[in-house]
Amino acid sequence: MNGYVFDTAHLFAGGLVLVSFMMLYQDRLHALINVFALHAVVLSLSVAWQAYTQAAPHLYVTVAIAVAFKVLVIPIALHQMIRRLGIHREIETVVGIGPTMLAGMGLVALSMMVMLRVTPEADPLAREDLAFALAVILLGLLIMVTRRNAVSQIIGFMSLENGLILAATGAKGMPLVVEISVAFSVLIAFIVIGVFLFRIRERFDTVDVHALDRFRGERR
Amino acid sequence: MILPFDPLIVILGTPAAAAALLAIIPSYRVGAWFNVLACLITLAAAASLFFAERRADDFLLIDDLNIVFIVLNAFVGFTTSVFSAGYIAHELESGRLTPAHLRFYHALFQVMMFGMNLALIANNIGLMWVAIELATLTTVVMVGIYRTHEAIEAAWKYFILGSVGIALALFGTILVYMAARPVVGEGLDGMVWTVLIKHVAAFDPALLNVAFVFLLLGYGTKVGLAPLHAWLPDAHAEGPTPISAVLSGLLLNVALYAVLRFKLLLAANTQAIAPGPLMVLLGLVSVIFAAFMLYRRRDIKRFFAYSSIEHMGIITFAFGIGGPLANFAGLLHMTMHSLTKSAIFYSVGHIAQVKGTQKIADIRGLTETHPVLGWTLVLGVAAIAGLPPSGLFMSEFLIITSTFARAPLLAILLVLGLLIAFGALLWRVSTVAFGEPTGSRAPTKALYLPMFAHLALVFTAGIFLPPALVAWFQQVAQSLG
Repeated sequence: MNGYVFDTAHLFAGGLVLVSFMMLYQDRLHALINVFALHAVVLSLSVAWQAYTQAAPHLYVTVAIAVAFKVLVIPIALHQMIRRLGIHREIETVVGIGPTMLAGMGLVALSMMVMLRVTPEADPLAREDLAFALAVILLGLLIMVTRRNAVSQIIGFMSLENGLILAATGAKGMPLVVEISVAFSVLIAFIVIGVFLFRIRERFDTVDVHALDRFRGERR
Repeated sequence: MILPFDPLIVILGTPAAAAALLAIIPSYRVGAWFNVLACLITLAAAASLFFAERRADDFLLIDDLNIVFIVLNAFVGFTTSVFSAGYIAHELESGRLTPAHLRFYHALFQVMMFGMNLALIANNIGLMWVAIELATLTTVVMVGIYRTHEAIEAAWKYFILGSVGIALALFGTILVYMAARPVVGEGLDGMVWTVLIKHVAAFDPALLNVAFVFLLLGYGTKVGLAPLHAWLPDAHAEGPTPISAVLSGLLLNVALYAVLRFKLLLAANTQAIAPGPLMVLLGLVSVIFAAFMLYRRRDIKRFFAYSSIEHMGIITFAFGIGGPLANFAGLLHMTMHSLTKSAIFYSVGHIAQVKGTQKIADIRGLTETHPVLGWTLVLGVAAIAGLPPSGLFMSEFLIITSTFARAPLLAILLVLGLLIAFGALLWRVSTVAFGEPTGSRAPTKALYLPMFAHLALVFTAGIFLPPALVAWFQQVAQSLG
């Protein structure tokens, strides 16, 4: 095993986890979108490195999709969208930064413990990749549950998906990776268009309990 | 027997081609009947699978297990398309939908059928994942088609939870590939189910365990199992009723089918954890939780959505218990539930249209104002509650007896859940069907054939099951281990 091949892959995958942490404490939407673009850049570098070391040219397609779609198109569209929806000045504070960061650390520790323990046989590169990927996925979930704004939920979901792409490209020779990344891009495009068309701002527009009751059809 | 055509190509090609055509047919009447025709062709091709040879290549697979699912899928898809043709015209008259929406709706209906058929036929776990995602996406759009605040809320919730579910399922799929790679080598083989099952005994059990947990949670979200069910009642209540019928009757089954495929993988590896207890736990939690929740529902479609959670719980429980008898009962219960629940939704759809409300409190005395609709609803609820002679009575009876022999405590808990749900169902149906009539007495232009056909099948199955069908189910139950 080449030392530098491993180290570089490790650097990018670890970088992805770090950027996920950066997203956790962004409370302004524009900043969050910019950090997400950075997340996508790191992912593209990581996938490109995997494509190079595994000599798997089809992975460059995934890189191209990631760069075009997640680094450029989606962030630009989201910046425009939040301005149109008039929510660009909003500050989100659902859960405090301190507890969120602590929870994030707990999740990373959890994913290391789970994945490193169950994969002693696998080759070290894939093994560490998988552990980092799970950490990114769990952090993405954490972003989704600690936010109420639809746009930041989408960003949480996209960072979660970046973790999946990291896992899929780390699994050497996995088929259908490109197809899966295309399928995900379609999914995300749908979400973004949906949010824009229907002007969904939050999962529940109001915290008024009566409105929720009406929504659930609970009230007579 | 050699067929003059390839049924798989018809099953996949018909919905795909029909979707493209329906998108350009301007008249909604033509579209609705064309939709029916496409579903009929798919059904005929699905039925011909009984005579087709079993086969497996890198992407597609036909074996005894998925034929059951495909035929059920095609049949309920067909009757739903017939129901939808009658239902949707009323939506147009009441102004809830425009002709452009209907064109879109019919095309999406076929895309959804394509996605579900592909998921059932797929031999490749990656392809299966993509197909389930496709089917989910189309149903999300259909749930939001009325574009009311509630419908969009429901679609958004479904979208977010469904996406998290499929993301977890994909991670599980990647882990299965990682476990397979050292044994079957790199590339496509590592994702082909028939190859996996052949070599699974040599896979790393720890990795398989983690993979199964992700897959169960991921696809379990789509099955609507209890802690992950939050999207299901909203999606059922706010979308068009034909979609509620296919969601309950078909899409939940497709997700369950994915869980079953992975359960088989795990069961074939002796060192991995037994997948059964996990499924039993989730199933039991769903049954008991949904049974209690039934009492608090005020919306009739939401009420039956919770009943679907309960029944998916029962089916998951049965497959979790395992063994030839419980698996047989699980398959039977799944078939009967799909037929009964879609019949109930057909009936509820017409009721909601004629009464102009979905609130249980505003619907009373149906057997007096609309005897046919009222009594089909009563019959459907009696069947879904598990009263004899419905087929669901037989399957529930088999599940309980086979569980009693193995784990009496679990059987008692299951019976408890069933009884609680039984009470809620009878209580609600008695207020809706009998008592002082309320609301409109206007006659309905309902097409009763689909619900009659389903209920007739369900009650016939409770009295007499054709020996050929029993033999078939037994064979599948054996293969499920």
